[in-house]
Amino acid sequence: MSASATLFRNARLLDPTSRRDEIGEILVRDGVIAALGRRVDAPHDAAIVDCRGACLAPGLVDMRVQLREPGAAHMENMVSASHAAASGGVTTMVALPNTTPPIDEVALVDYVKRRARDIGIVNVHTYAAITKGLAGKELAEMGLLAEAGALAFTDAECAVADAVVMRRALSYARTFDLLVMQHPEEPSLAAGGAMNEGEMATRLGLPGIPPAAEVIMVERDLRLVELTGGRYHVAHVSTAAAIEAIRRAKAQRLPVTCDTAPPYFALNETAVGDYRTFAKLSPPLRSEDDRRAVVAGLRDGTIDAIASDHSPHDQDSKRLPFASAASGIIGLETLLPLSLELYHNGHLSLLDCLNAVSRAPAEILRLPAGVLAIGAAADLVVFDLDRPWRISEKAFRSKSKNSPFDGRPVQGIAMMTVVGGRLVFEREG
Amino acid sequence: MTSKRLILNPLAALARSCRSVSLVTPARHPYISLAMSDGSATTSFRHRHLLGIEGFSPDEITLILDIAESHVEPNRQPDKKRSLMRGRTVINLFFENSTRTRTSFELAGKRLGADVINMSVSGSSIKKGETLIDTAVTLNAMHPDVLVVRHAESGAVQLLSEKVNCAVINAGDGSHEHPTQALLDALTIRRRKGKLGGLTVAICGDVLHSRVARSNIQLLNIMGARVRVVAPRTLLPAEIERLGVEVFHDMRRGLADVDIVMMLRLQTERMQGSFVPSTREYYRFFGLDYEKLAAAKPDALIMHPGPMNRGVEIDSEVADDIDRSVIRQQVEMGVAVRMACLELLGRDTERGNGPALP
Repeated sequence: MSASATLFRNARLLDPTSRRDEIGEILVRDGVIAALGRRVDAPHDAAIVDCRGACLAPGLVDMRVQLREPGAAHMENMVSASHAAASGGVTTMVALPNTTPPIDEVALVDYVKRRARDIGIVNVHTYAAITKGLAGKELAEMGLLAEAGALAFTDAECAVADAVVMRRALSYARTFDLLVMQHPEEPSLAAGGAMNEGEMATRLGLPGIPPAAEVIMVERDLRLVELTGGRYHVAHVSTAAAIEAIRRAKAQRLPVTCDTAPPYFALNETAVGDYRTFAKLSPPLRSEDDRRAVVAGLRDGTIDAIASDHSPHDQDSKRLPFASAASGIIGLETLLPLSLELYHNGHLSLLDCLNAVSRAPAEILRLPAGVLAIGAAADLVVFDLDRPWRISEKAFRSKSKNSPFDGRPVQGIAMMTVVGGRLVFEREG
Repeated sequence: MTSKRLILNPLAALARSCRSVSLVTPARHPYISLAMSDGSATTSFRHRHLLGIEGFSPDEITLILDIAESHVEPNRQPDKKRSLMRGRTVINLFFENSTRTRTSFELAGKRLGADVINMSVSGSSIKKGETLIDTAVTLNAMHPDVLVVRHAESGAVQLLSEKVNCAVINAGDGSHEHPTQALLDALTIRRRKGKLGGLTVAICGDVLHSRVARSNIQLLNIMGARVRVVAPRTLLPAEIERLGVEVFHDMRRGLADVDIVMMLRLQTERMQGSFVPSTREYYRFFGLDYEKLAAAKPDALIMHPGPMNRGVEIDSEVADDIDRSVIRQQVEMGVAVRMACLELLGRDTERGNGPALP
């Protein structure tokens, strides 16, 4: 795309914000959307891309990704993650701060931003830690970190367990109108646990994590939100009880949002089978009832967004006895097709589905992304909505291959990814 | 797959188990003699490994018990050595301390004529998990025929079995399974009661952390026994009733009219305040003494997988009651059962090293 302008023709334009769903054209100039509609006037020298009726939507905004850089570049780094993102239709990634060292200082936020700019494939933003060293004790410099560019605050996979610390975090964050994101799990109830508590765990002789560990933390935090008025986001919600608590909080108009990740609506605890460590997650895969509750939460809008929860782990971290293995799965390259299952299965409209992976997370994080509108950044994904394919770990661009979805037949695949008007990925064939 | 099943005559099997009550079993071998009489026959035992009781059929369990039974009497003779596994190598790979189980497997292998090697991997050096797979790959290169493995983590033995070509016997993995313990318990019961089906068995104590309990629940259910668990709620795993047991929290009710009382060991680190408030409180409510035992049938047997905490889960006098306690017989049957397992999995090396069977 060397020409200054590019015209995408013959595309099914899908925009969750305006609810636009029509065959049309979109003109991209200088990295932004210059025009869109049924027919648009394009300059004579504009490059033409014929989308052949494929869908064209805002690029995905993945609001929770572990990049493993700095500290564990053998599992993933920003280059490999950026390629993985681009091939999955993700144009913006928001990195969790649980790196080594953790992102709890301004210099580290600067580092991530600089690396992202140098690599320049997809947009990369970062969270910063709520507490220094993710230790759950002293508040990190939230104001300065936000000024440096941290989008929001979280201790990543560690819950802020101390109620006083959480109260102050929410209260202090409100001073600067910042968002606090919690890993919803009461640590003392989950300690030593390897999978969801229940019949499966009992049969396998694995220590269980009770579903109540999630709702207990969420309920406590919601009281603190009432107390402080701080903006609060629940990460990867996975249980019926926690979803119900959030539903009630939203009805009370508390400043609460939440997201889930594809494994929590696409799998249940039976995926653990015979100690499959690729199905070990935090929070753990839950019961079928909980899975259905996640789908219902997405349907009624209680769950705002879907994030990949991309957690790369090398073989040495996963080829272990189940309880010793690391938690987490990669997800950048499977976020789109797994989310589209919700559409193909009739749970969500196509626009609502796309909203959950683009506009909604952007709104939560106040990012100017996830929209098809004149003047908006040309972060786009062109995807074939119906194409059937099989997820294969061999095709992953991520450095790590830990996915429980290997071999799963899915429908819908990214064909082209555009970031700031530049083509960063094009699928062959 | 050429799986011609050995047809075990149910009447013959019944006759065998009835005879076994008399404790005088002729030294003979139903499995091997039948297999030999028809050179192409294979048994209905279609497992490559013994990782757990779950998934076994009643026929398969009966087969193991029958073979084990045939080893009991020879084991009491001065010359205990057989040559059924001559030239085979058995490696005892213990990632967790054990004297009893390891010795039992070692004797079983040696009595069958196999070469037995003991490897104990100390707790500290297995913290790095890759050692488990590294160890498996290293040992595999030495072409053992059977690996007997104990590990502190559930599923570790299965993980290891996926990386080796030989047969693997689970000698206890975490809180998951301890299949040879359940088999030796079954043999002990069958010899005294003549059957397993129809009996009521109470498993008492720390079911939450017990692999012995899980294997016994599986086996006894498969064989048609009624299984109860009796424990304080803190020592029962979630949804245990889904495994086919009746749940009791009171010893007298739980032991009412049972045929078998199986006590479980309460680990020291779980006694003080974490799962139960104290040893004496535990003994008061869940320790087996004559008063609680009075609820069981008059001829109910008392079992314990050992090592016992006398005065914690069991009263010393009860444990030593010659008429009721079969704790020492359990140890004896352990060797016979392990001989049967080693033999079934390790004797036919061609099968043992072949591709995984369905």
